[in-house]
Amino acid sequence: MSADDAPETSTGGVGGMIRELGRKLAQGEAGPLLVLLMVAVIWTFFQFQNDRFLSAGNLTNLMLQQAAVATISIGVVLILLLGEIDLSVGAVSGLCASVMAVLVVNQGVSPVLAVVAALVLGATIGLFNGFMITRFRIPSFVVTLAGSLTWVGVQLLVLGQTGTINLGDNFITQLTTTFFSPLIGWIVAVLAIVLTVAVAVLGRSHRQKTGLPVEPARSLLVRTGVIGAAFIAVVLVANQDRGLPLVVCIVFALALAFAYLTEHTRFGRHVFAIGGNAEAARRAGIKIDHVRILVFTLGSTLAAAGGVLGASRLMAVNQSSGSSDLLLMAIAGPVIAGTSLFGGRGTVWSAILGAVVIGSIANGMNLLAFASSVKFIVTGAVLIAAVTIESVTRMRRRGTQVT
Amino acid sequence: MSATSSASYLLSLKGVSKAFGANQALSGVDFEVGAGEVVALVGDNGAGKSTLVKAIAGVQLCDQGEFHFKGKPVRISSPQDATALGIATVYQDLALCDNLDVVANLYLGREVFATGAARGAFLIDETTMEQNSLKLLQALAVTTIQDVRVHVGSLSGGQRQAVAIARSLLGEPSVVLLDEPTAALGVSQTEQVLALIGTLRDRGLGVVVISHNLENVFAVADRIVVLRLGKRSATFDVRGVSREDVVAAITGAEFGLKPGSPKEAS
Repeated sequence: MSADDAPETSTGGVGGMIRELGRKLAQGEAGPLLVLLMVAVIWTFFQFQNDRFLSAGNLTNLMLQQAAVATISIGVVLILLLGEIDLSVGAVSGLCASVMAVLVVNQGVSPVLAVVAALVLGATIGLFNGFMITRFRIPSFVVTLAGSLTWVGVQLLVLGQTGTINLGDNFITQLTTTFFSPLIGWIVAVLAIVLTVAVAVLGRSHRQKTGLPVEPARSLLVRTGVIGAAFIAVVLVANQDRGLPLVVCIVFALALAFAYLTEHTRFGRHVFAIGGNAEAARRAGIKIDHVRILVFTLGSTLAAAGGVLGASRLMAVNQSSGSSDLLLMAIAGPVIAGTSLFGGRGTVWSAILGAVVIGSIANGMNLLAFASSVKFIVTGAVLIAAVTIESVTRMRRRGTQVT
Repeated sequence: MSATSSASYLLSLKGVSKAFGANQALSGVDFEVGAGEVVALVGDNGAGKSTLVKAIAGVQLCDQGEFHFKGKPVRISSPQDATALGIATVYQDLALCDNLDVVANLYLGREVFATGAARGAFLIDETTMEQNSLKLLQALAVTTIQDVRVHVGSLSGGQRQAVAIARSLLGEPSVVLLDEPTAALGVSQTEQVLALIGTLRDRGLGVVVISHNLENVFAVADRIVVLRLGKRSATFDVRGVSREDVVAAITGAEFGLKPGSPKEAS
């Protein structure tokens, strides 16, 4: 049987690259490529409908709009990797932003301190969720669904009679109203590219030195090339409008930090292991409950951070902060971009890519003045399609294992 | 019976008993495995094989019994105790993470940290882990896994078994317990796993194999210990025994009464 044959190591050249691509497709790892294709299709479609869609101004708006969702999605990715779900991220983001606004506007607390307080509140809620889930073995969706309702209630309580609190001009609103000059934008892009190339080249040469098989130079070149081009494109577009937004750098830095955490640390490895096979992880001596509690804490903290960015963008907090379709967007994004709903597969970058996909659809439909009914239907259909694709890849993977 | 004295065994158990309520799963069982020896533990369902192995692995405590490891009396009251002594167990369900690659599975729970400045960043040393994984698989003569960066979920049953066995060896144990290592494997994959068990023996490990498959037992074991109804009913040197004798010991048929048994007739 062919299953007995060891999979060939990629040997460079075009054939090797194609084989590698085939393997990645079969194992469901070619997510980013599919997502880029999806973005291309969506963008082409909306550009043909309305040529303002791909304008620098609209694309910059897209970045600003999606910063909050992308941040929340990073936390969602961590939780999805565990094979769990957090349905309270929307409510938590709204509550934490509300508490922050009340502290600043009504209590006169310094904005920086209020942001810290919002993050600490988020962490505490996550800790509570994690505790309930691990200590009492309650499914995470039940704990967080109940929590979701509770936090919305607390949010209404905190906001009081008026219901809306305007933030005014301060540290918080400046998070999304600060734009860098073109020069600084380019410096950031160059630094990001240098970092990407350095990590790739140093990693490759280290492997080469130790005699391990290395990624073919050509595929390395393509990969870093695509990433570098993306950096340049973002800065190029932003510079034509108001400049590189500070919030884009913040979200990117968060994604980088959490990508490192999940892919290169023991904690991240254990998160993947628990999502893949919790019993195996337990038998390997991993303290799975500790990991779970920590992940829920991080997830809610990032939800709070997203709430802060959302409030900053809106320059206000109101009763509907964190509600509406925010939760669905935050979970749908990563899933569309290839993070499994069933645990153990995915990357933090899917939070960013997913936010771009979802945001593009929402932004484009707004631009074309679609009715809410159509918007809901389209977004729902896209989500179902994404989950179906994921499930089919999963079934195929199972298939290859059995034969 | 083997002539070896109990002191020279790596692991020896004396008078192990375990009851589940009124059901006496094990009663006064002795068991031993020496270095560089493959002992097959056979018996019908409910004979007590699993209970005995769980007692050795520290998963389930026995009610009575003395354990000696390398000649010294020991107590095994948790899986950690067993691991610390150098007893590794590979369970039938393998407990692998399909979504992780071979290296990550081999090192699961004992990832190697990078040294120097990267240590502060909790960086995992992937190259060292990958090199050691390749070395380990090479030392075990596992030639079917060339790429240790493929996900375990895409491996065949035999390859997965090899990964599970290799992982148990990372802690440098001296005794390895294998629970039904060839169950649900095809012919060629079974061959691979049996060859791997041979390699373990050649490396001087004491190997205990639980198996239902007598063909495999005869192919790989040095001694066969038969459990029946919670008691050790027979022990055979694999070179001087026929399959019929082993089956008789498993089922409880009396020796010599089996009509037409060639061994007994001669």
